[in-house]
Amino acid sequence: MSFVETSLIQLEDVHFGYGDRPVLEGVSLKVPKGKVTALMGASGGGKTTVLRLIGGQYRANSGRVLFDATDIGQLQRDALFQSRRRMGMLFQFGALFTDMTVFDNVAFPLREHTRLPEVMVRDIVLMKLQAVGLRGARDLLPSQISGGMARRVALARAMVLDPELMMYDEPFAGLDPISLGTAARLIRQLNDTLGLTSIVVSHDLEETFHIADQVIILANGRIAAQGTPAEVRNSNDPLVKQFVSAAPDGPVRFHYPAPDADIDFGVRSTSGAKP
Amino acid sequence: MMGVFARVGAAVRIWLADVGHATALFVRLMLLGPACIRRFGLVRDQMHFLGNYSLAIISVSGLFVGFVLALQGYNTLQRFGSASALGLLVALSLVRELGPVVSALLFAGRAGTSLTAEIGLMKAGEQLSAMEMMAIDPVARVLAPRFWAGVLVMPILGAIFSAVGILGGWLVGVVMIGVDAGSFWGQMQAGVDVWSDVGNGFIKTVVFGLTVSFIALRQGFEAQATPEGVARATTRTVVMASLTVLALDFVLTALMFKL
Amino acid sequence: MQRSKTDVWVGMLVLAGAAALLFLALQSANLLSVSWQKTYEISAYFDNIGGLKKQAAVKSAGVVVGRVNDIRFDDKNYQAKVVLALDVQYQFPKDSSLKILTSGLLGEQYIGIEAGSDTANLAPGDKVQSTQSAVVLENLISRFLYNKASDGPASSGSQ
Repeated sequence: MSFVETSLIQLEDVHFGYGDRPVLEGVSLKVPKGKVTALMGASGGGKTTVLRLIGGQYRANSGRVLFDATDIGQLQRDALFQSRRRMGMLFQFGALFTDMTVFDNVAFPLREHTRLPEVMVRDIVLMKLQAVGLRGARDLLPSQISGGMARRVALARAMVLDPELMMYDEPFAGLDPISLGTAARLIRQLNDTLGLTSIVVSHDLEETFHIADQVIILANGRIAAQGTPAEVRNSNDPLVKQFVSAAPDGPVRFHYPAPDADIDFGVRSTSGAKP
Repeated sequence: MMGVFARVGAAVRIWLADVGHATALFVRLMLLGPACIRRFGLVRDQMHFLGNYSLAIISVSGLFVGFVLALQGYNTLQRFGSASALGLLVALSLVRELGPVVSALLFAGRAGTSLTAEIGLMKAGEQLSAMEMMAIDPVARVLAPRFWAGVLVMPILGAIFSAVGILGGWLVGVVMIGVDAGSFWGQMQAGVDVWSDVGNGFIKTVVFGLTVSFIALRQGFEAQATPEGVARATTRTVVMASLTVLALDFVLTALMFKL
Repeated sequence: MQRSKTDVWVGMLVLAGAAALLFLALQSANLLSVSWQKTYEISAYFDNIGGLKKQAAVKSAGVVVGRVNDIRFDDKNYQAKVVLALDVQYQFPKDSSLKILTSGLLGEQYIGIEAGSDTANLAPGDKVQSTQSAVVLENLISRFLYNKASDGPASSGSQ
């Protein structure tokens, strides 16, 4: 373990919630540079919220969100946009622009942010599409390609400006086994060959543990576990154990809070007497 | 007791915040005008989408409104022996009121709803979020071109509506009913003033264009990212835009056509 | 190519709009008859202008020769002062007379100018002496009733 590890992202005691519903309560974590960090946890546990805090789409109620030592929450629009150009985000279903072809989708950030001549744009776009294996699909519309392919196009688009940080929101959700393997392999490969820092938000234990350098498990708005995949798998925390073993009941209850079953099914009235 | 006050107060505060929000968006869209001129390709594409595709409904509606104006107008005028003023009646009704208002209502229904639905669905599909994360402002890239396209297209549609309506009135009045063509056009030309009638009607179409485009875009932008949310937003666009157009028409008419 | 096709259509749309606007301005409105000609102003006093409005036509022999520019009340002689703008190409003798007429029975009121016989013409700023006020309906009716009454009991009161 290198002790001179630098963190590209750092959350310091971040609190975030909607009105009186807290989502994150005192979350502190570090995302080391050049590594793949997995963010996992139960649904609604705040994983996507962390991504949006890093991207500046949400502002933390308290605490700091640091990107390369700059507090994202304090930035005004222009500076925020500058920071965002160093990040790439892959949305859950791709979020491709449905009125443009695959080629135009990937070319979009280039055409908006740079003044490169079309010849260069074409080369860069085709290179990125080649990296995700979809160079031949360049003239198709998003409605003409499968979900897995759409996500790969979105990946190419997110990478076209060569960001330092890549964030993946549920990249494995709903994919068939072949696409799953491809996606996982791509994430790891791109991270290593391009020297990226990657954050993967996912439910998929096996694939994620396979490619992650660090795993962080969020539960009840706090960090339940943090460490290498092996460390997390061997954790003694009951919540982590339930998560890792996929047990139906444990600290995360199976049953949504409800009145006593006896009362609901008429076996016993509220006063306690039988009807 | 205090609870009621508190709730009303809270509701008013929320509503005020909403109004402030909307005003901020409107000001931003207006200020993005010069930027849109620089990237006119985007505006032009939207003009095609909003304008060309509305031509059919605008022209046909204008024609029929002209027909009806001529029929009803003749009915009433000939009772006072003033059938020769039919051209004047048709032209003034269209140019001052029906042209701007009816075409604005049709625009709200046709183009307004498609704008709202498009933006709402883009929001639901996270396309606007994705754009934000790519450091591209969706208001500037997606909303502003559509806004200015709407503003530019409305006067065009309003003028076409009025012109086609007058022709329709001529068809029914002169060709079918037999009103004298000379007095039809002559009284019209003598009575319709370029600046105060046609000009004011033009101003109305510009104001309505601003209104309808803004309401449609805002509803889409603030829509809930679900199918029901988008459906509700499109309904609200038509209702709000129509009512606002009619209310503004009253205000503008009172200001412009002082007797 | 996608781009140039929309270009053409949008261009046609804008042209159609401009054509419509032009049609409205020329065919239906008075753009052409708005004379860009130079005008000269003369003034006249009327006892009663009736329903005469600014921008009303000034016609001679039925042809529009000018417009009413301004209508004011003169509180020195308690009359209405009307300022007319006449086309420079039309000259009228100094003793021409002005009448306020109504087009049709219930139509708009305009000023009719009848040429006099003076050898000198009206110059800019001149005042027309001979004017006839508008016919006010109420006065007409009361005059009719008065005439009827003065015809004597022989003609009225019959069963």
